Amino acid sequence: MMESLLKLDNINTHIGQYHILQGVHFEAKEGEVSVLLGRNGAGKTTTLKTIIGLTPATAGSVTFLNQDITKKPTYDIANLGIGYVPEDQGVFADLTVEENIKVAMRKENDESKEKLEYVLNLFPDLKKFWKKAGGNLSGGQKQMLAMARAFVNDSKLLLIDEPSKGLAPIVIEKVMEAIVEMKKQTSIVLVEQNFYMASKIGDTFTLIDDGRTVRHGEMKELIEDDELKHKYLGIG
Amino acid sequence: MNKPILLSRSNIFLFIIVLALIAFPFVMDSRTLTILVTQILIFGILAMSYDILLGYTGIVSFGHAMFFGIGAYCTAIMLNDFESTIFVFIGSIAVGMVIAGILSFIVGLLTLRLKSHFFAMLTMAISGLLLVVAEKWRSVTKGNDGFTFKAPEVFKDRIVFYLVVLALIVIVFIVLKRFVNSPLGRVLIAVRENEQRTKSLGFKTLYYKVIASVLAGVIASLAGSLYAVSLRFVNTAVLTMEITLDALLMTIIGGVGTLIGPLVGAVVIESAQHYLSGLARDFPIFERWIIFFGIIYILAVIFFPKGIVGTIQAKYFQWKDKKAQLNVVPLSKNKESSK
Repeated sequence: MMESLLKLDNINTHIGQYHILQGVHFEAKEGEVSVLLGRNGAGKTTTLKTIIGLTPATAGSVTFLNQDITKKPTYDIANLGIGYVPEDQGVFADLTVEENIKVAMRKENDESKEKLEYVLNLFPDLKKFWKKAGGNLSGGQKQMLAMARAFVNDSKLLLIDEPSKGLAPIVIEKVMEAIVEMKKQTSIVLVEQNFYMASKIGDTFTLIDDGRTVRHGEMKELIEDDELKHKYLGIG
Repeated sequence: MNKPILLSRSNIFLFIIVLALIAFPFVMDSRTLTILVTQILIFGILAMSYDILLGYTGIVSFGHAMFFGIGAYCTAIMLNDFESTIFVFIGSIAVGMVIAGILSFIVGLLTLRLKSHFFAMLTMAISGLLLVVAEKWRSVTKGNDGFTFKAPEVFKDRIVFYLVVLALIVIVFIVLKRFVNSPLGRVLIAVRENEQRTKSLGFKTLYYKVIASVLAGVIASLAGSLYAVSLRFVNTAVLTMEITLDALLMTIIGGVGTLIGPLVGAVVIESAQHYLSGLARDFPIFERWIIFFGIIYILAVIFFPKGIVGTIQAKYFQWKDKKAQLNVVPLSKNKESSK
């Protein structure tokens, strides 16, 4: 039985006057890729932002490694070991690839150097464009940089928001391979619209609809359940 | 591998400029020009300090003049009340920097949590408050009338003062360059580009913004001290919005986030102010020189959208990229030649 790493209990989040999350329950276990699925506007991205503290929950609780992080500021949550790769990648355009990664590394020791070597082997393109400004990279390279940056930030859990968005199929394959490889080193919560990708790399799924969790289970259950896929994802 | 070459080239270029500036007062025997270049260098220091805020951290402050004014008043009051020696002058710079540092720390801590436009408004309000205090506290500041004071004996020779200012601007430039290229400087750039993203990498961004604010305040105070000595006079004009606007324009015209850009901006603005107003003697229309100054500003923004240095840098990198692409031999041609 794998240990629970992150737990969201009845999360409610407001953005301005809008009540976006109205009861999200979610659990991510160590060593797993947990996928958040749902239609556009269901509340998947807000769930990730609530976990990292960018849009704090107004009710409910977020527990990470048995510690309540619901009211903690973003930098404290990140320092506890949660890395976040946003939908827009959030690459620092004026910093080079090297600087983008080194900002995230915080301190240089043997462990961080090992992690850096690991991600550079995983994304050889980053090594190639080491001195290039982040803003001059292609969409796929930016995605790789964002993932590498979150990984070297000493993350025990990575929150990755739609890594396949806007990428060519061949690049999506590369990103998928990288996530599968990274799973050996860290746990991952993935938000993904591309069901093919989600089903290939996800261990568990959580379906969110209208800001509420509607189903949770093993990924293979969802793959086999055409009715569920049709009802909540519009496929199958 | 290209960057160190570029850096060493630019270092040699800067070194030549510094040598030329050292030689300048001995070659050009003009007191007016020496005073003008001294003013340019002093405002260059102020503009560089503003670049730390605007260019490297993305903070728009409308209250930067308060730190400039603190430096100016500390030096003027101390040189007036004590003996006007070089030691009192150095001491007054130190006192000004400490007060500016403490004030910028407190102001930063109170205001930098706010969103950019609220922050800008609050800095303007605090600076305005300080101006009113200076106007009313006549026993110390002599209000808007101001007061003259004696500069240290050694600065009677304008060339000596010019060389001291030149030495200080070189030191400030090196210190700030090292600062922005340090890991801390990278975090500041990250904050400027995306504060939320920087927070989610585990950085308490307020802490970094306050550091930038204190550094900028301290350097602005140094510029204020030098400015007061260059005029041998101080009044509340050193605390007004015009000083902040000058620093802002110098930074924008020269190129934000380049450090060298604000120096170029200081040359453009101070020279334009000097020469345009000077033309009024022959051409009455230049009595309204500020209109022509506005035209220069509009032209600079149209032709140099990233500032003079920023635009030149961007064009240079574009040219380099193009050159690199041209050097890549297409795969098909490669195959043909191997046949």
